[in-house]
Amino acid sequence: MHFTLKIWRQKNSLARGSFETYNLDDVSPEMSFLEMLDALNKKLVEEDKDPVAFDSDCREGICGSCGMYINGHPHGPVPAITTCHLSMRYFRDSETIWVEPWRAKPFPVIKDLIVDRSALDKIQIAGGFVSVNTGAAPEANSLPVNKEKADEAFDSSICIGCGACVAACKNASAMLFVSAKVSQFALLPQGRVEARQRVRAMIEKMDELGFGNCSNSGACEAECPKQIKLVSIARLKREYYKSY
Amino acid sequence: MALAGLFLLLFLPVHLAINLLLLKSDPEPFNKAAGFMANFPVIKVIEILLFAALLIHISYGFYIQIKNWLARPVGYAIATKSDTSPFSKFMIWTGSSILLFLILHFFNFFFIRLGLVEGNPEDFYSVAHNLFKIPLYNYIYLTCFILLGLHLYHAFSSAFQTLGLNHRIWTPVVKTVALLYSVVLPGGFAFIAITIWLFR
Ligand code: SF4
Ligand code: FES
Repeated sequence: MHFTLKIWRQKNSLARGSFETYNLDDVSPEMSFLEMLDALNKKLVEEDKDPVAFDSDCREGICGSCGMYINGHPHGPVPAITTCHLSMRYFRDSETIWVEPWRAKPFPVIKDLIVDRSALDKIQIAGGFVSVNTGAAPEANSLPVNKEKADEAFDSSICIGCGACVAACKNASAMLFVSAKVSQFALLPQGRVEARQRVRAMIEKMDELGFGNCSNSGACEAECPKQIKLVSIARLKREYYKSY
Repeated sequence: MALAGLFLLLFLPVHLAINLLLLKSDPEPFNKAAGFMANFPVIKVIEILLFAALLIHISYGFYIQIKNWLARPVGYAIATKSDTSPFSKFMIWTGSSILLFLILHFFNFFFIRLGLVEGNPEDFYSVAHNLFKIPLYNYIYLTCFILLGLHLYHAFSSAFQTLGLNHRIWTPVVKTVALLYSVVLPGGFAFIAITIWLFR
């Protein structure tokens, strides 16, 4: 396969960036998007040019570091997967592909496609934990948890903090992320103890860091690789109102 | 935002019901209803609440929108292709247009009642009928009601979500009601305007 790539290049957070055009041949349809970028970088290095900087770690959809905005979609046009799971067969041969970094005030570009997502960590640090000393694991049956709740808590906990929800949101809001992180605790008895402080601290931090507000557009839900749903944001709201 | 908006949503059917009296050839019932709305003490209190809701809704709306714009100082080269609620993107624009219309509307009616603008506050029936005879007024009126419909369609279900009410069974019901509400209500206002414009 052949592709024309328009990739955002920016030397550092202070530099003005711009799009560069690259032509890449011999891309196999089985390649993942990141492998395709690896191939491009190999070519650039051979030509003695600066390779495209992008983030990746696990390459199996669990670390959340490989975020990039591809042809108008965070993590590319295929729903419910990360960029590392996006394979090139989903693109048409000879297609032009635009690749941009996440765009949000709290996510400054570090270089090319890499942004600083530590704002999400700061929200997590503000309250996304259980600080009671739980000691050794208790006997499972001593703390019964309703199966439905346990499932919901699990589904929330699979958020990988990739920031696609922020990138997709027209307001650069982090509500979906925060809602998942609040839900995974709020639904379980261990998390209830600090539920009030947690939800307030996390929302306060989110606002302080300059993320936008939720206007219920649903772009986050459509683009989340882990399929966190808008019901989660509604739960976050309920938790927030309950905290007063 | 959501609470103030929902409160405003309650007012529209009342206004529409009174406007339907404009279709009668006798001006009496409409003028009586308008007079009742202007002078009945309980309605006065509701009116103050309504203005408070309006003010909160508008000022908070602008405030949030500006914050949201600031949250993405550098935009994308390729506009989003995400599958989103279609009208949520335009709330600030549909809302602002409605605000402009509201100012015009106040000049035509509310300010007359307050004595700020010349006119006969006892006979809003004729005021309305005369306005609906002006084609330009009708174009503006009808455009604004289409925009109101688009605004309401997103607003209605969005308000429930903001209040934390999202439910497997009830949310689809709310969405259907939102669709009906946003078609029937503005449609009703538009129907009255068109009927008077073309057939009276
Ligand atoms: S909610 Fe989804 S899109 Fe947002 S950070 Fe978590 S996994 Fe990524
Ligand atoms: S590299 Fe870890 S999720 Fe893609």
